[in-house]
Amino acid sequence: MSNLAVLPIIIPLISAVILIFFNQKVKVSRALSKLFSLISLGTSSYITWYVFTNGTIILETGDWLAPYGIILVMDGLAAILVLTTNIIAVACAFYAPNAGLEKRETFYFYPFFFFLITGVSGAFITGDLFNLFVFFEVLLMASYGLIVLGGGKVQLRESLKYLLINLFSSMLFVTAVAFLYAVVGTVNMAQIAQRVQEVEQQGILTTIGILLFFVFATKAALFPLYYWLPKSYIVPNPVISALFGALLTKVGIYSILRVFTLIFVHKTDMTHEMFIWIAGLSMIFGVIGALSTSNIKLIIAYNIIPAIGFIILGIGLLNQDGISGSIYYLINDMIIKSVLFLLVGVIAYVAGTSDLRKMGGLIHYYPFLGWLLFVSALVLAGLPPFSGFIGKLLLLKGAFEQGEIAIVIIGLITSLLILYSVVKIFINGFWGDKETMAELPKKSTKGLLAPVVSLLALSVILGVGAEFFYPHIESIATYLLDPEIYIDSVLKE
Amino acid sequence: MEIITSILAGVLFATAIYNILQKQLLRIVIGTALLSHGAHILILTMGRLKTGLPPILTEGISDYTDPLPQALILTSIVISFGVTSLLLVLAYRTTKENNTDNMEQLRGNENE
Repeated sequence: MSNLAVLPIIIPLISAVILIFFNQKVKVSRALSKLFSLISLGTSSYITWYVFTNGTIILETGDWLAPYGIILVMDGLAAILVLTTNIIAVACAFYAPNAGLEKRETFYFYPFFFFLITGVSGAFITGDLFNLFVFFEVLLMASYGLIVLGGGKVQLRESLKYLLINLFSSMLFVTAVAFLYAVVGTVNMAQIAQRVQEVEQQGILTTIGILLFFVFATKAALFPLYYWLPKSYIVPNPVISALFGALLTKVGIYSILRVFTLIFVHKTDMTHEMFIWIAGLSMIFGVIGALSTSNIKLIIAYNIIPAIGFIILGIGLLNQDGISGSIYYLINDMIIKSVLFLLVGVIAYVAGTSDLRKMGGLIHYYPFLGWLLFVSALVLAGLPPFSGFIGKLLLLKGAFEQGEIAIVIIGLITSLLILYSVVKIFINGFWGDKETMAELPKKSTKGLLAPVVSLLALSVILGVGAEFFYPHIESIATYLLDPEIYIDSVLKE
Repeated sequence: MEIITSILAGVLFATAIYNILQKQLLRIVIGTALLSHGAHILILTMGRLKTGLPPILTEGISDYTDPLPQALILTSIVISFGVTSLLLVLAYRTTKENNTDNMEQLRGNENE
């Protein structure tokens, strides 16, 4: 049964390879990609159920025992993240045929899409630091392919910068792995954690920890390493932006969560205190960015940064409430960011522009779209019945318990400004004169809204059904706070 | 020996970063290539440069060099090779479309 752990990597990988052969047949590709994403979702749901009933799945690839071979660790956290990834993948696979990709679908859009899912799932599951690097590269290579697909002037320019910053941070990742290998003599995460514990994380290990944090923070777009994100995320097609916004930065933040709850947990006054400050600054600068622009795509792209700030706040707190809040907020944010990117894609499509100053009165023509945006703005800001609320509540409660009053205040003000920045799209774009958009031909949103509605419904369920989900999240947080469990289950002493 | 190769890696990093901070696109690409060389030399150094035979199992020999860093470098080399070739094509296309290879002129302010 332990072979289950490899299925979320293998299924998208095989799907991508098969889809390469059906490159020119768009109809076949569309049908196959829908089918494959549903199969992958089914498998990952089963795996999640299996992990929560029978405990962590450890897979030694090629029967080489840890720490000699590559280990795949499917614990609760990896399982729910893989499940969320697959849910978003299904929504995007159903959105993509209507997303106006036109010729791009014959230029290997679907293979790239599935390679991206392979990389993301692999990064969540792996138990080996160098293997994590390889999966990072798999997802980054796929994302390079996707971001440049279409090849317009602006797109080429921005994807060049995206590629350069990621190449730079990947090389630093290799360097950090080299340093860590020199000190502890292994690349298996459980064994690294064990050996770091034995020497009680001396100075050099904290330095390596911060180097690793720098690498992951670049991928996750934390303050002050977020400058590459907003512009490069708005240049591709909305469905690609949705995939990026939902998955890529979250892999970075997941790596920070894993590394700083498992390996570098012995000198928390140095590292984790820093995270709290970075969290505050990410929230402030991200939300300032979101308020500064009238480009609706850019508003949503900037909103990624404060969300990442909230998640790292929980990692910095390193207590029960903080970690469970982080996990809850991580899942909520993956879903709601893809909803918002897809919705904004629809709005820009029907309005024919992504500039708020040229919009107005869309509610007269597209009422359903308007109310969808309104609800997702409330979910994003974290109003009580919705899922953003529980995550933020836990995070701020955790911060309050540790006496970090300043960060609580910043968090609350940021939430308010996030709400303002998204409701601004609603007020300026949807309210107002019927005549502003009157000469515009009414476009059909057929097929575009169904995936968005299902994702939003899931997000609402995640908030309303918190009593069902919370115990699972809490058990994951307890598990993460005790690295011994992970180490023992992998190394089996 | 480790000291010398560490210094070499440091020099490669320094030149790489100097080149990446230049305006001309091709120089930046050269900078990234130097950066990956530096990183790969560093992996080799960090695995200890003790003298031993190549890690190929032979009868009667017990002294081998560490095989793991070599495998890691090989993996990293092909990855950075792939990324560099993509980067070169991308740089070529960007220069063609935008009629400039100067990063200052590739800034683009229309979204601000």
